[in-house]
Amino acid sequence: MSRIDRPLAIAAVGLITYGVIILYSAGQTDVVTSAEGVWTRQLVWVGIGAVVGFIVFRTSFRLVEWLTPAIYVFSLLLLLAVLFVGTGAGTAAGTKSWLAIGGHRIGQPAELAKLATVLMLARHLSSLKEAPRSLRSLWTPALIVGIPFLLVMKQPDLGSALVFVGIFFAMLYWAGVRPRLLFMVVSPAVSLLLAVTTWSWGIWIVLVVVLMVVWRPYVWESVVVVGLNVATGVAALVLWNKLADYQKNRLLSFLNPEADPRGAGYHLLQSKTAIGSGGWFGSGLTQGPQKRLAFLPEQHTDFVFSVVGEELGFLGVLLALGLFILLFTSLIRVARRAADPFSSLVVFGILGLWFTHVFENVGMTVNLMPVTGIPLPFFSYGGSFFLICCVCLGLALRASWDARLAGYLDS
Amino acid sequence: MNGFDSYQVRRRASGARWVLSLAFALLIGAFFRTQILQHDKYQLRAETNRLRAIPLEPPRGAILDRNGETIAENLPGFAVKLFATSQDSLRATLQRFASVVPLDSAAVDDIERRWRAARYQPVVVFGDASFEMVSHLEERRALLPGLIIQSEPKRFYPYGKAVAHLVGYVGEVTERDLERDRYPGAEAGSIVGKSGLERQYDSVLRGRAGVRYVEVNARGRLVRENVGSAMLPPEPGQPLITTIDLPLQRFIDSIWPPEFRGAMIAMTPKGQIRALYSAPSYDPNLFVGGISTADWRALNDNVDKPLLNRAINGGYPPASPFKLATAAMGLKRGLINLHSQMPQPCTGGYRLGNRIFRCWKRDGHGSLDLIGAVAQSCDVYFYQLGLKLGLDNMLSDGVAMGFSGRSGVDLPSEQASLYPASYEYFDKHYGPRNWSPPATVLNFSIGQGENTQTLIDMVQFYAALAGDGIEVPPYVVEPRSGVPTHDLGLTEEQLAGLRTALIAVVERGTGGGSRQKGVVIAGKTGTAQNSHGDDHGWFIGFAPADKPVLVVGAIMEHAVHGSVAGRYVSKVLARYVLGPDTTKAQVSTPPASAFPADSAPLPVEITDSGGRRVVAPTTTVPDTVPSEPPR
Repeated sequence: MSRIDRPLAIAAVGLITYGVIILYSAGQTDVVTSAEGVWTRQLVWVGIGAVVGFIVFRTSFRLVEWLTPAIYVFSLLLLLAVLFVGTGAGTAAGTKSWLAIGGHRIGQPAELAKLATVLMLARHLSSLKEAPRSLRSLWTPALIVGIPFLLVMKQPDLGSALVFVGIFFAMLYWAGVRPRLLFMVVSPAVSLLLAVTTWSWGIWIVLVVVLMVVWRPYVWESVVVVGLNVATGVAALVLWNKLADYQKNRLLSFLNPEADPRGAGYHLLQSKTAIGSGGWFGSGLTQGPQKRLAFLPEQHTDFVFSVVGEELGFLGVLLALGLFILLFTSLIRVARRAADPFSSLVVFGILGLWFTHVFENVGMTVNLMPVTGIPLPFFSYGGSFFLICCVCLGLALRASWDARLAGYLDS
Repeated sequence: MNGFDSYQVRRRASGARWVLSLAFALLIGAFFRTQILQHDKYQLRAETNRLRAIPLEPPRGAILDRNGETIAENLPGFAVKLFATSQDSLRATLQRFASVVPLDSAAVDDIERRWRAARYQPVVVFGDASFEMVSHLEERRALLPGLIIQSEPKRFYPYGKAVAHLVGYVGEVTERDLERDRYPGAEAGSIVGKSGLERQYDSVLRGRAGVRYVEVNARGRLVRENVGSAMLPPEPGQPLITTIDLPLQRFIDSIWPPEFRGAMIAMTPKGQIRALYSAPSYDPNLFVGGISTADWRALNDNVDKPLLNRAINGGYPPASPFKLATAAMGLKRGLINLHSQMPQPCTGGYRLGNRIFRCWKRDGHGSLDLIGAVAQSCDVYFYQLGLKLGLDNMLSDGVAMGFSGRSGVDLPSEQASLYPASYEYFDKHYGPRNWSPPATVLNFSIGQGENTQTLIDMVQFYAALAGDGIEVPPYVVEPRSGVPTHDLGLTEEQLAGLRTALIAVVERGTGGGSRQKGVVIAGKTGTAQNSHGDDHGWFIGFAPADKPVLVVGAIMEHAVHGSVAGRYVSKVLARYVLGPDTTKAQVSTPPASAFPADSAPLPVEITDSGGRRVVAPTTTVPDTVPSEPPR
């Protein structure tokens, strides 16, 4: 075991331990909430996760690569099934994200689909002779990510859909796709966001046109990119009207949480209040009044990080973020030294997956990101996502192991 | 696959680290901003989230009589209050309340109304809960989220009915009161004085509310009481020492005949009020902790208007007692002296033009001097004196003597007496040249006409007669500065003469029924014509007649004759002057018919046309009683 990746393992064990402690605290309230006692159940998941992670760790990447298409198709089938028989839960009671059998919720297929997409995309990209160089050559990767993306959007689960986007760009970048190509892909989305004011949108369009002239891609690429930018800008209003009310409210309350403190902005305001009242050192583990008195919503799932902020203060936040930074830099290192492109891409895809989760989840607790229901890896209570995280850990540790065996030693 | 050469991968890895660093710098920056830079703001928000301030009612200052006897005090009591986050949760909790303690739907509506007025304050459910109710509620605390039981001093009036109109009552401050800042320093839920002394000296009595904090959870349920050390103890109110003689006040209450409405005031010649009583009375203890709707309705719908303070808010024609004012005007102007006789002896009436103004005594009084005229209350004498004075002088002298406006007593919402200052009043009401000044002066000279006085205004005038001839504003607590005094303008001799005349009233005149053993009483009876029913009886007197220490006046509605009131007034005077032991005997009740009915004749029309019958304004009972329960 001496060849196990120690920084990665330390980060993982640290995060899991931290997570269970915070979940324990999340259940310590003066008001009975559904968070009561979840930490013991999470401990069970930790046990199961350790076994699953170890099995994955002992599995060859060749076997994983061979299984990938089956896993991918299976996950798509589950996503499809959930649209018909799915149920909602928690704050997202109106959505269909849970697969339930006989009334028992057994998991969220979206979590599996994220990993399956990482694997499938890694398999596809590693099979190419060289990284995609034009928009046209991106259509297969777009399809691989697009199908689960659209299925998740249909649930609807905006947060998970965002994760697919994160995975897509992270892996294309790692595969060597030139940033300007990624820029061209992402530009219509930016155009959509900047369409809130005519001025910002106009400047953006000018910038895109200038870049097209400077970069000199294929003519048809320029036309498509500029055309799409214009189209999304125009369609922004139409799209806005098509959003569900709760999605609109969440976006609006992101822009101004005080506007509706009792409604859509409530979660955000309470979360910020909890975090802000924490100060440097926090109110002490289990002692946070906002959490204890149930002002903090979803304190064991989506807003678990607010408990960290309230009870352990800024220093507790730094510790948690530090552990994530250690995890992510370790992943970059592992991906860099991986023995083969497939495992390298898988590890970087996992980084993209987790990074999107962490940035979105932690960011939303302080109003840096809009509120979308998305769990924080290793902290939020939930079996299926925790298991997927353990599988990811197993894969990353295995990739590191393989790299050392192959002789890529630390230099 | 190409593109995974070591150098390429290393470049991408460093790019990825850059993105990572940027993202985490952003996150850490956001947390630093929220947790460190804006810590105070969110700390405050967290506390307002969970802490609720509960006002602590200060004990109200006691109200004492001049010997330190208690008129109003505080007893330990319990207030039951409720926190609610929404109207639905309030309603749900109140429904559960109803299974423990009686709570009708009207009360529930009322509680909801008050909750809406101050949502973040605990709403009072029972201002005065019994120990039994509190223990019942305490047992079921788990079912009643937001329940707060607070021990609060509650107001108690040991002799409630006897002192009701004087002391007033207390109640929770209303939203409207707060809007208009009627009670500076009061907050929602404060108990304030609503009438009487409680109202007048509220700022002295109330003290300052303290505050304590309780912790509530997101559902508004109480989690912890007495959080932290952030507690401000209430400042008790100051005691109020009054000029009242409580035994005398209670004596009046005990002898007042229940069949009569009316009022009685006892006052020293210097204006110190010793007793102030209005009948029918009520129990001010009913208002403590919020009066029930049924009790409120009963008080408000009662035709006798028990909430009305007839001593300062009832306007009555002053009738015969006003003849002393006419006499004083004549003396002051030097038109007459104590022994002056009028040109025409009384033959039972006085002819003015083609009209006859009657004297109450149809047989006539014959020739009388001023003392005799006062003693016999001869109308014809005063008609002539009035004509001598002229209407101009009567109006201006009346105003100068303080018959217009308020006495200035330190009690709230005193009603102004009506006394026209000039001809303008009549011109405005009847039209110029449409009324007859001589007829008006005749009415005025015997206390009829457009002249209504409150009891306190009349007693104030008699107090000046009994004293040094200067009317001072009566007071219960302290003399008020800045309120005008009125000099009657009479010499010592003239005052002494009028007192002699008033002794004659009791000794051998119309007030014979008011004689008391052991003390010489001076006073004046009066019977105010009442077009709505039986006449009202007046008596205002003082004793001892040679050196008065107390002036007592009474008005009894529908008492037919002033001598009825005189019997009770004289009892009060005797008790005060001679001490309580002498007055144990029953009020002597000689038949009223044994005494002359000195009732003033109905006022004669003063308009020439005769088309409109002008009746003197009779009892004006103003509707000063609020129509909403005084919460």
